[in-house]
Amino acid sequence: MSDTFILIPGRTSKQGCGVSEGKFGKGYTAETTTLLVAPQDMTRLGLVKGDRVKVTSETGRTIEVAVAAAIGDELPSGMLFIAYGDLSSRLMEGDTHGSGMPTSKGIDVTMVKIA
Amino acid sequence: MTVIKDSTCTFCGCVCDDIDVTVENNRIVEAKRACVLGKAWFLNHHADDRASCLIEGSPAPVEEGVERAARILTEARYPIVYGLSDTTSEAQRVAVGIADWIGGIVDTTTSVCHGPSGMAFQGVGEVTCSLGEIANRGDLIIFWGGNPAESHPRHFTKYSLMPKGLFVPNGRKDRTAVGIDVRNTKTAKAMDLFFQIKPRRDFEALWTLRALAKGLTLDAAQVKEDTGIELSRWEDLMKRMKAARFGVILFGMGLTMTRGKHLNSEALLSLARDMNAFTRFVVKPMRGHGNVTGADNVVSWTTGYPFGVNLTRGYPRFNPGEYTTADTLARGEADAALIIASDPMANFSQAARERLQSIPYIALDPKDTPTTRAATVTFTTATYGINVAGTVYRMDDVPIYLRPAFPSSHPSDFDVLSAISRRVQELAH
Repeated sequence: MSDTFILIPGRTSKQGCGVSEGKFGKGYTAETTTLLVAPQDMTRLGLVKGDRVKVTSETGRTIEVAVAAAIGDELPSGMLFIAYGDLSSRLMEGDTHGSGMPTSKGIDVTMVKIA
Repeated sequence: MTVIKDSTCTFCGCVCDDIDVTVENNRIVEAKRACVLGKAWFLNHHADDRASCLIEGSPAPVEEGVERAARILTEARYPIVYGLSDTTSEAQRVAVGIADWIGGIVDTTTSVCHGPSGMAFQGVGEVTCSLGEIANRGDLIIFWGGNPAESHPRHFTKYSLMPKGLFVPNGRKDRTAVGIDVRNTKTAKAMDLFFQIKPRRDFEALWTLRALAKGLTLDAAQVKEDTGIELSRWEDLMKRMKAARFGVILFGMGLTMTRGKHLNSEALLSLARDMNAFTRFVVKPMRGHGNVTGADNVVSWTTGYPFGVNLTRGYPRFNPGEYTTADTLARGEADAALIIASDPMANFSQAARERLQSIPYIALDPKDTPTTRAATVTFTTATYGINVAGTVYRMDDVPIYLRPAFPSSHPSDFDVLSAISRRVQELAH
């Protein structure tokens, strides 16, 4: 059973530092391959830090990624966050709706724990 | 050991030009006053022994790389020149010239950043100001759809919240800070008021404020349903906005990357314009890369348009969605590319990446990235601001000249692009 979420990719200071340290380095890789989940959703879905989930966009694009709980009340239930990078971009569509900008934030996704 | 006083950080659009950089053996060991992002920027760009040029992954003389690059670009039918937000304006100007000579498209990372805002500027205009005016005058500061506490860490202290200015002598105490976002971020926690709106409802929230500015009566239940925020809170905010002496809205990609895109930006710019019927109000996009604002400026003053400019007919045409890089790649149209200081192989859609991987392209970057690794010709270039002098534009369009810390063994973007430009012109005749 999968749950529906809204994914908000965005910048973080660790991701920004990782760009300068090197995109193949541990810092950048760790930051851009961790999906943050609201603590209440972690509990509800029985997730713990490091569990891997499959995230699927409305059009069927998928990534597999490790999860961690968002700190405090940063994320409301039903919202996911991931630092910009390779994984977040894999969920974007090529179409830009006449703007030049793919819809990069507010992506409808489903998430299911990988057994 | 040498110390370069008032060096300029070109990591983000704040372009802080008060960094004292200490250099030992061609390595920066200290960057005084730099933020966490600035320290990472300065301390991780040092002399290295990588080859300055690779052709299909093998080291090659720069001259051979220039020849191969020029031939790729001149033999293509629909070449694109893309990136440019992390290099000097001098290099940007040469890149625009190359696009003109080869009859291609010139586009910048603006198109996947504040490109929608650029479209909105053309429709609505921008009631603008310098960051210095914000520091000296701003008494109501609204951050909308951005998280500068993480992306522009010194913005608060240098420009928008903390500075004691001419008309805000008590600094932070004289300002009211308002955050509007879908996430309760570090930025939100630094605000006096925070509006955590429903995701993808920026447009509705902006039009709620526009309606309130005009004095229209709104249905409270509808406003709550649309925005997630009580009408009374929006009304209170509008009172504060009208009472401000110098209101400022600083907005991020929460608006431009979310559906609605340019319509979100347009609503925000319109709100700032509306507010000038009551008081002084300005609006500025928070720009990410160190010289993305320079890219907008240079492409605008060379072609008349800010990004995504098609020069295939010998004169500039502008049509976001048609000539922008995310589109020309994803649709499989571009057949060669010159990528300068950007990483589309990591940041573009899968369809765009697959197209880029399948065509010959040239990449210029100081760093090893997914884009440089897959390029036909790769130039490792000197880092602007650290190794290379030149001009960058701060996010408020103020040009700043760079003071490099130490020389690099690699050529600059300007040097490589100038060489490609010369060869392209020879081949084009």
